[in-house]
Amino acid sequence: MPLNPNLKKVLVIGSGPIIIGQAAEFDYAGTQACRALKEEGLEVVLVNSNPATIMTDSAMADHVYIEPLTLDFLKRIIQKEKPDSILSTLGGQTGLTLSMQLAKEGFLEKEGVTLLGASPETIDKAEDRQIFKDTMAAIKEPTIPSTVTTTLDGALYFAKTVGYPIIVRPAFTLGGSGGGIADNEEELREIASSGLRQSPIHQILVEKCISGWKEIEFEVMRDSAGNVITICSMENFDPVGIHTGDSIVVAPAQTLADKEYQMLRSAALHIISAMGIEGGCNVQFALHPESFEYAVIEVNPRVSRSSALASKATGYPIARVAAKIAIGYRMDEISNEITGKTKACFEPTLDYVVVKFPKWPFDKFVYASRKLGTQMKATGEVMAIGRCFEEALLKAVRGAEISHDFLADEQLRTLSSFDLSEKIDEKDDQRIFALYEALYRGISIAQLHDQTMVDEWFLAKLRHLCELEKMLTTSTKLDAATIRDLKRNGFTDKCIKKLSGIATFERLPYSYKMVDTCGAEFDAQTPYFYSTYDEEDEATPFLESLPARKPVVMVFGSGPIRIGQGIEFDYASVHCVWSLKNAGYEVVIVNNNPETVSTDFNTADRLYFEPLTPEDVADIIAIEKPIGCVVAFGGQTAIRLTKWLSDNNIPILGTPADSIDAAEDRGRFEALLTSLHIKQPKGTTVRTTEEALTAANELGYPVLLRPSYVLGGQNMIIAFSDADVQEYMHIILSNMEGNIVLIDKYMMGTELEVDAICDGENVLIPGIMEHIDRAGIHSGDSIAVYPAWNLSPSQKDKLVDYSTRLALALHTKGLINIQYVYSGNQIYVIEVNPRSSRTVPYLSKVTGVPMIDIATRVMLGEKLRDMPYGTGLYKTAAHTAIKVPVFSFEKLSGLDTMLGPEMKSTGEVLGIAPTLSEALYKGLIGAGYTLQKQGGVLLTVRDSDKDEIAEIGTHFADLGFHIYATEGTARVLREAGINATKVFKIHESDQNTMSLLESGKLSYIVSTSAKGRSPRRDSVKIRRKSVELGIPCLTSLDTALALVKLLKQDFTPDRASLVDICSL
Amino acid sequence: MSENIYLQLEDGSIFQGKHFGAVPKGDVIAEVVFTTAMTGYVETLTDPSYYGQMVVQTFPLIGNYGISSADFESKKVHLSAYIVRNLCDSPSNFRCKSDLDSFLKEQNIPGIYDIDTRALTKKIRTKGVMNGRLSLSCPSQEAATSLSEFQVTNAVSAVSCNESYEITTGLPGPRVVLWDFGAKENIQRKLHSLGMCITVVPSTATCEDILALNPDGIMLSNGPGNPKENVQIIEELRKLCSFHIPIFGICLGHQLLALANGGDTEKLKYGHRGANQPVQDTETGKVYITSQNHGYAVRCDALPAGAEISFLNLNDNTCEGLIYKDFPGFSVQFHPEACGGPHDTEFLFQKFVNLIKKGGSVCH
Repeated sequence: MPLNPNLKKVLVIGSGPIIIGQAAEFDYAGTQACRALKEEGLEVVLVNSNPATIMTDSAMADHVYIEPLTLDFLKRIIQKEKPDSILSTLGGQTGLTLSMQLAKEGFLEKEGVTLLGASPETIDKAEDRQIFKDTMAAIKEPTIPSTVTTTLDGALYFAKTVGYPIIVRPAFTLGGSGGGIADNEEELREIASSGLRQSPIHQILVEKCISGWKEIEFEVMRDSAGNVITICSMENFDPVGIHTGDSIVVAPAQTLADKEYQMLRSAALHIISAMGIEGGCNVQFALHPESFEYAVIEVNPRVSRSSALASKATGYPIARVAAKIAIGYRMDEISNEITGKTKACFEPTLDYVVVKFPKWPFDKFVYASRKLGTQMKATGEVMAIGRCFEEALLKAVRGAEISHDFLADEQLRTLSSFDLSEKIDEKDDQRIFALYEALYRGISIAQLHDQTMVDEWFLAKLRHLCELEKMLTTSTKLDAATIRDLKRNGFTDKCIKKLSGIATFERLPYSYKMVDTCGAEFDAQTPYFYSTYDEEDEATPFLESLPARKPVVMVFGSGPIRIGQGIEFDYASVHCVWSLKNAGYEVVIVNNNPETVSTDFNTADRLYFEPLTPEDVADIIAIEKPIGCVVAFGGQTAIRLTKWLSDNNIPILGTPADSIDAAEDRGRFEALLTSLHIKQPKGTTVRTTEEALTAANELGYPVLLRPSYVLGGQNMIIAFSDADVQEYMHIILSNMEGNIVLIDKYMMGTELEVDAICDGENVLIPGIMEHIDRAGIHSGDSIAVYPAWNLSPSQKDKLVDYSTRLALALHTKGLINIQYVYSGNQIYVIEVNPRSSRTVPYLSKVTGVPMIDIATRVMLGEKLRDMPYGTGLYKTAAHTAIKVPVFSFEKLSGLDTMLGPEMKSTGEVLGIAPTLSEALYKGLIGAGYTLQKQGGVLLTVRDSDKDEIAEIGTHFADLGFHIYATEGTARVLREAGINATKVFKIHESDQNTMSLLESGKLSYIVSTSAKGRSPRRDSVKIRRKSVELGIPCLTSLDTALALVKLLKQDFTPDRASLVDICSL
Repeated sequence: MSENIYLQLEDGSIFQGKHFGAVPKGDVIAEVVFTTAMTGYVETLTDPSYYGQMVVQTFPLIGNYGISSADFESKKVHLSAYIVRNLCDSPSNFRCKSDLDSFLKEQNIPGIYDIDTRALTKKIRTKGVMNGRLSLSCPSQEAATSLSEFQVTNAVSAVSCNESYEITTGLPGPRVVLWDFGAKENIQRKLHSLGMCITVVPSTATCEDILALNPDGIMLSNGPGNPKENVQIIEELRKLCSFHIPIFGICLGHQLLALANGGDTEKLKYGHRGANQPVQDTETGKVYITSQNHGYAVRCDALPAGAEISFLNLNDNTCEGLIYKDFPGFSVQFHPEACGGPHDTEFLFQKFVNLIKKGGSVCH
């Protein structure tokens, strides 16, 4: 069946802000879908609250709404735009849930809107636990057997029918306490009895324990004609028990014989058929390691993180095909873009192996629990392709930017055997390194398999790497055959040198192979390459076969998504690629993040899926011979290549390496500011704790401490005392040895941010942003307002003057981001980054200035004066646009939610409206605040904030909120005439802050403390508790004040303005 | 284990790799073909259709789950040599009894690993199937020229059973004669699971031999080699068709049935070997993913009399199945018995059984 003729206008719902578990993969999926729909001539309406995405570009859809993803707003957009259908399966869980609610309420039917992709019945079959179980039972697909019982006999009977081990989970006990795993009847009697006793309703869930089974995933597709295919199988290194998003994953599955493989493949196809999904679907299985027994763990009736991985791993564009299927096409009517010869109705076959490695935020959140389990904690991931597992694994590890280019870990090597074994049992993010260490020490594969249930195949591969490491450390000479063997197993020259101590050996260049979906069966023309060491290189002949060559420019992407370096940099990289193509260049992109648009093989002229290290990019440069490389759009990952590029005389387009150094080198930067007569907070650099203490006392507390060369305020803190300095220096030095630490006087004041474009002669400033939160809270965690609303014309002039002079003095060619603090009637520069920044996508969209395009053209030599945007400060837009940060605190146990100089947010939403307060209203709604206007509020703030709490308290009291406060705060409030109920601290009484939180009386909490971080502190406990209970907890007084003032106004979703970005 | 070994192709190219499996006694000469299946190497090794061929696995990690005899598709390895990029020496699977290297040693089959299998595959794709020589010493350039003389001959008789035998369920059921041209065991397993009483007959069986068994259905198996070489079988088969006994042909069986009814076959440039081949049902438009292993195909422009195409390959539009109007017969080029590969078309066995039950009598 071809395109459904009833479809003319389709609404696509995006996934909203980046949070843990829902990241850039949906921008990739959504962008592909919008393209697939538009090329069919359909009118596309897009809604997504996330301004940092490519899908929200005005070019991606006919109407783009960066509006809150709530039912109220969606309904209004539907009523305004009158689409005839909604595509629900490409916007993650968010898009799916919203579509389903709209359908279930009868709203879609009333408005005459068809749901494409998955019907509400289908969604229920996957999402509702009971309907899911019933559906699986009806088609005889096994799920994990479980039952709810109130008696010991019930538990024992169940165990008899399904066998041991059994998990007991008591109902309604905190954190599942009172449960456990029983291996036999005796243990079950004990655990079940205790569980029943502890449960307030005397009820337990007994479930067959499958931890330790293999976790296998299948990505499958189905069209309306009932054709079903498998795109990719994936096997988790970590057995069932660790979330697949936190697992190291290999594709295709490696330890399954054809019998098991086909059994699960058939089951997956059976399931997608029974559910009636039209599009993509992800099925997760648990497979018993010693038998053919399996269970269906989960079915996602939509495009997912795994499908993004599967797309990149196989070359099969799942989101694109899913979108085409949703509008009526059959798979045999859709062409396979990679081969150009075959149809989309086939199964990709691989002639390489793919490894996905998660990127966790624990390097930034040192107090967050690193333990992995069923709750995903990774913010991003990298993918690596190799011709063997070892090669792909080592590539993934070095590409993850975790200071490892190999599996040996110095700290783990010093652990005692006992501690190492404990470390392995902890199941944290370092487990693979701990397993490697254990194998290195000669612990047997069998023993480690028993301990962890990690399949022997994976352990044997790790042991192979141990053997190679041992061989290297004892070698005195390396012959060509040995080097070849090492490199085919993923060792870099750098690593070989480090381990062997041998400085010179023959260098073996990489060969590049094509990802072609078909194992070379057909002649593919898709320029999607990966490196390996094989005899034949395919990239060079591919380039020679091109009919007409243009000059080549190479763009470096931003690697895995992490706190501080998110999707904004992919937005920038992709736009840079598009501009370069428009300017007549052949564009090559190098990146290793499978979630992104930049690693779509359609984005650049050629894609190399590689880690962003000098050694990994060197051979690509040798083959591609670019006239220039671009480092300005790939965040710190790409910037880190600058020095190496410059040392090797590889031309860098845009701001020269020396300027990047001048902005990052403390001494040079200070000298530059002095020469320009621009102030910055006083400070110095230190290397040891002693030096830091001396410097801090000279500057006077509070001081700001941070390591040099960081992004996202990694390990950045405000210290109020010597003890703080000691604690933090210990953490910083243990994480990054030899790092220089910067120590500055902390300036409290208004923070301002400027993104500018400089062509070497002139400077264009698209806009000035002002933060609602004062300096001291990381700019990424601050609510940023465009245009700045508090600045006098003279202050504005000063900012423009400073920014212009700074950009010119740094010989900027392209983008520059400058952060200022306005304090005591003075403007100080806090930070300068001569590269693209987090705010560029948002600013581009609201000002209408295509910043990346201009910056790219400037890099290529064009002049601002020849473009229609002028120079100096660009005209202010009619709307106010506010960027509100979004956090993933509920996913990261143990992490203090108090905001500070260290960035904690994972994503952002936009609020755009004619006035500042309405924009803030929309921003906060978009960020998930429900803006309750009644109830209680707990105020508990540190001494330094007490002066300001009265104003906030007064506003809450005016609105009729019941005010609760801890002793010191209560005293201040009462002095200000506010009737505040004093609440005891946790250790003071049973009736304390915690019981107040649990009582359900609170609508808001405002909590700040002089010291945070450690989960043992009361203040941190309160903030963590608020996360668990879903009570909004404000740790920035500025945000709290803005919010309470907003509550006094009368905004509602049905009166809020709707802004079509395409009409700006 | 890691002695050097060389693979020479007809076009003169030489791949140097490492040796595994049995030590070849002299040079091994065979047709070099590739398969793109990612799993199922045990089934591939024991598939009689690979007789006279060296098989390249395009998937680079082979041997991961070891060897389990339960996965055998015949009693032994039939291919001449095995070509992989990475040989797994530490397999892991609950059914694993042996590793690939030991198994090939035991089966007296040599292997080569650590070569650029993708480069080799691309050569075959570009130039078409070529003969190859596996040798422990680096072959001379002249040796390549003699390679073109090699042909796979008498393949069917080399792999077929010598005498007929029965497989019964112990219960009464329709009788199927499985004409063995090198049958994969899963064909009989499938028929058996559907309650058929099976008599397997050798390739040398005549029409009379088969009729004497009073069959309710005739199953034509897969097998190796050039179908046209089997002149006698084709002639016997032509006779058999006039008796209106339900016939189901798979792979070589499909080709022989076509030839027996006046159709023609051709050699494909490099064949279809893998587990991901899409075929479209010409009647319903539905697409199935199939397991395939064939170097020849029935020509779409020279179909047998009274036959219609039932399945087409979605990749290259070659004939993947035929239905006969003049007698109750149908055949497919792909492998509905799977092993290795997808089970998506196993319903065809049920279709065969239904056909039998409509017209067949019951054996006792």
